[in-house]
Amino acid sequence: MELKNIFKFNGGVHPNENKSLSSSLPIARLPIPKTLVLPLRQHVGHVAKLKVKVGDQVLKGQIIAEADGNISAAIHAPTSGKILKISEEIIPHPSGLPDFCVTIESDLKDKWIEKKPIAWKKLDSVALIEAISNSGIVGLGGAVFPSHMKLKVNQNQSIETLLINAAECEPFITCDDMFMREAADEIIQGTLIAQTILHAKQCVIGIEDNKIEAYQALKKAAQKTSIEIKIVPTLYPSGDAKRLIYLLMGIEVPKEKRSVDLGIQVFNVATVAAIYRYLELGEPSISRIVTITGNVQNPQNYEALFGTPLSELIEAAGGKLNKTQKFIMGGPMMGFDLPSINVPVTKAMNCVIESSPELFPSPKPVMPCIRCARCADACPVNLQPQELYWFSKSSQLEKAKDYNLFDCIECGCCTYVCPSNIPLVQFYRYAKSEIIAQDKAKEAANTARERNESRLARIERERKERAERHAQKALGAQEKNSDDEKKSTIAAAMERVKQTQQENIKN
Amino acid sequence: MITALLVMIFLAVVLGLVLGYSAIKFKVDGDPMVARIDAILPQTQCGQCGYPGCKPYATAIAKGEADINQCPPGGDAGAKALAELMGMEFKPLNQEHGEQKPRAVALIDESTCIGCTLCIQACPVDAILGAAKQMHTIIASECTGCELCLPPCPVDCITMEPVLENSQSWKWKYPVYNIQNVSKA
Amino acid sequence: MDNRSPYIADAPSVSVIMFKVLLALIPGIALYVYVFGLGVIVNIILASITVVLAESTILAIRKLPIKPFILDGSGLVAAWLLAVSIPSIAPWWIIIIGTLLCITFGKHIYGGLGYNLFNPAMVGYAILLISFPSIMTHWQIPTNLMENHIEWLDQIKIVMNSHLLSKETIDAMSSATPLDYIKTQLTLNQPLNIIQQNKIFGFLGGKGLDLVNLGYLVGGLYMLKEKIISWHLPVAFLTSLFFIALIFYSIAPDTYASPLFHIMSGGSILCAFFIITDPVSGPTTPKGKIYFGIAIGLLVFIIRIFGGYPEGVAFAVLLMNIFVPLIDSLTQPRIFGHK
Repeated sequence: MELKNIFKFNGGVHPNENKSLSSSLPIARLPIPKTLVLPLRQHVGHVAKLKVKVGDQVLKGQIIAEADGNISAAIHAPTSGKILKISEEIIPHPSGLPDFCVTIESDLKDKWIEKKPIAWKKLDSVALIEAISNSGIVGLGGAVFPSHMKLKVNQNQSIETLLINAAECEPFITCDDMFMREAADEIIQGTLIAQTILHAKQCVIGIEDNKIEAYQALKKAAQKTSIEIKIVPTLYPSGDAKRLIYLLMGIEVPKEKRSVDLGIQVFNVATVAAIYRYLELGEPSISRIVTITGNVQNPQNYEALFGTPLSELIEAAGGKLNKTQKFIMGGPMMGFDLPSINVPVTKAMNCVIESSPELFPSPKPVMPCIRCARCADACPVNLQPQELYWFSKSSQLEKAKDYNLFDCIECGCCTYVCPSNIPLVQFYRYAKSEIIAQDKAKEAANTARERNESRLARIERERKERAERHAQKALGAQEKNSDDEKKSTIAAAMERVKQTQQENIKN
Repeated sequence: MITALLVMIFLAVVLGLVLGYSAIKFKVDGDPMVARIDAILPQTQCGQCGYPGCKPYATAIAKGEADINQCPPGGDAGAKALAELMGMEFKPLNQEHGEQKPRAVALIDESTCIGCTLCIQACPVDAILGAAKQMHTIIASECTGCELCLPPCPVDCITMEPVLENSQSWKWKYPVYNIQNVSKA
Repeated sequence: MDNRSPYIADAPSVSVIMFKVLLALIPGIALYVYVFGLGVIVNIILASITVVLAESTILAIRKLPIKPFILDGSGLVAAWLLAVSIPSIAPWWIIIIGTLLCITFGKHIYGGLGYNLFNPAMVGYAILLISFPSIMTHWQIPTNLMENHIEWLDQIKIVMNSHLLSKETIDAMSSATPLDYIKTQLTLNQPLNIIQQNKIFGFLGGKGLDLVNLGYLVGGLYMLKEKIISWHLPVAFLTSLFFIALIFYSIAPDTYASPLFHIMSGGSILCAFFIITDPVSGPTTPKGKIYFGIAIGLLVFIIRIFGGYPEGVAFAVLLMNIFVPLIDSLTQPRIFGHK
């Protein structure tokens, strides 16, 4: 349970943490909001399939959209009420474009559906995964990948180690920290459940050294278990899954493999707690902890139901202050601007920072790159950001891809240290989305070419068949004529034979 | 003088033989030119270039019968890529063949459709589903936006709907930034 | 332009980096003035004025904003490095021509800050050396070695006086550098220990020059502490120069000077910490920097011993600048997760 050999990855930066801003008060709960807006896509993978229509009455925890296929997740009603409308609403996405959402008008009764805990120990793995796929649980650390897929145990891949990510390395964000202080038991229970399902031999929780109270709480809850809690030095971005695996175990997950291929699975603390709640208490995923911080009167953490309008959370935290210019979802290193304050809380929303010019000054003028390579020193993936910048800037996308652009985790360390204030991460995001769009267009063009070629082939084939049939018909007519001829010659011959026979009898 | 001349001629012969041998022995088999040109063309199969499809146009370019800037869906970017491949000067899109329009897919107004199958026969990528006297519909994911189905329709029930960006197809834009302090007015 | 993530940054600006480099040059320059007099200050002032005026003009012609590119200090660094590399008694127009060449042919012709292929100060120095060989090889002897004492004001007058002085005064004031002296005397088959008894030789290197080099060393260590430069380049250069000099010295101590002499004389320390560490024209990968430094060390030694010029730094640096893109592409470090 103590510090063992900790490995260190290259690079990383030490931004000001600003975490004490929002970690002085316990987690608060809000009254049930009047309307809840639930986007149908809050996870990686296929959009969830609607199961309700306008006017339906739903209970708290009732499934309103089910997972469509393997890589998908279900959506549940966070409170009881009526389905008001199914329409396009603004979602928390950097594009600011709307997406389909289900709006629920709550009846303020907050009536639960009948909670059915699952006897998971008795189910076989296929049935268990099926059951969890209806839970709506996705990775609550921000990656929102459907968790039931991560709990699958393959025949040929056994999971040796289960890692729980309690690092929370980004500045300002304290939702996991406060959750660990208050719900350490749930987290440990969830970890044990996950360990049993995965048949993992060992289990390690990785936590940064700036979370002392959370560490104490976890240590106390894990006393009688074999779960190890390892402390890692505070460094951004130790919370990235592959970096954390390296810090705790010294294993580098190669680019083309996932960590499961090496027998390691990683979950966020909130995700395993959600697994515990669903399997043992029958409660699907309907809420999460959100940190409201920055230029706000009472920065703190809230347990918010999914679909809660952000404006209500900001009101509870003291309202929008004068100097606030915009809201940032996520942390200051990897977050993005929210299109408006009227967005709903989604499964990915871990933190909202009210941004003012004092907190985040507007960007300084940009100088040319002086090739100092500080960015390369800071990159936790050991890439060469200056090369990727030159290629992305000149749109030489093939070369950018050759220099491993897609290994970039967009952590922002390179931009953080650039003396010329170049927006490096923006260039990589542009290059990546261009390459992805070009690849999609190429695939579509290939499909169109194939369809065209098979259509031309089909027309050719049909033409040939028609020509053959014509040829057949002409041949058939000829044959019919020759048959008649033959019949008449035989008949004539038979007549002649008969006549000769009759003559012979006469004589 | 004579020795110098002989040495130079000898060098020329030897180097020429080496280069010729390498050119034959180490020849890299690439795709035939027509396939490489066809790989650049957008496969809309619209015929605006004057040829009945992208493969015939590619064949014409390879033979030298057609110019590289006749493809409106490919636009200037396509003409540039073709110019690079063929080693020719870049020419912007020839507007006589049409202008580059934003991506669109066809949409059949089901209340007007009479089920005549004329559009099905016209579609170069078989993106229309239907049969005689049955409802026709466009398979949007396969439609290339070539607009060849619009003229044959006797009741004019087909329209082109532009493909709008949604949160899934949205791309990050090329960064634009200040290089000096902008003074506030 | 909107503000996108990351919304925070903690980096010294380009100006701060460049001005710290200038600060690191000051100990060396102060010792230079102590040993050789004020000529170098005149050169520095002339160079600075020329560079600011020239760059402003070029930027205006190129329609770029003037203030950020002048204030970033990169032109000043190139100008100061050139000013301390040329003889302090060179006429005033030498430094002006040199600075103009350095700014146009060394920097703006390639696109300005961040785009130059060659080290700008070395471009200026090389062109001056080839065009005015006699002026560029007449170096001032340390003031305490001169027969007639020269007032400090007179030194400035000598620089500003564009007429060449009468032959006696020049000879009384100047001599070949210790490196140059060794070279010419060796061709006259004098053994090294006799050569080094000449009064221009001091403790470690040339008399007085070794003190100046110590000043540059202090500046270089300051830059290392402030993380302006990384250790790879100076260590690689000095080690390779030391070792190859050691090899030749141990084979024939009479013909080749000691490794310590090579390191502490001429422009070696200035080169190690200030010239090859120019970020724009040097490699960006750590391994690349080591190969670059080693190659320059070897080239400097070869040019000093076997080449036509007494000091090989400028040409060695320019030659290796040509290989920098190749070095960069061949020394890409291993990426996390890749083999």
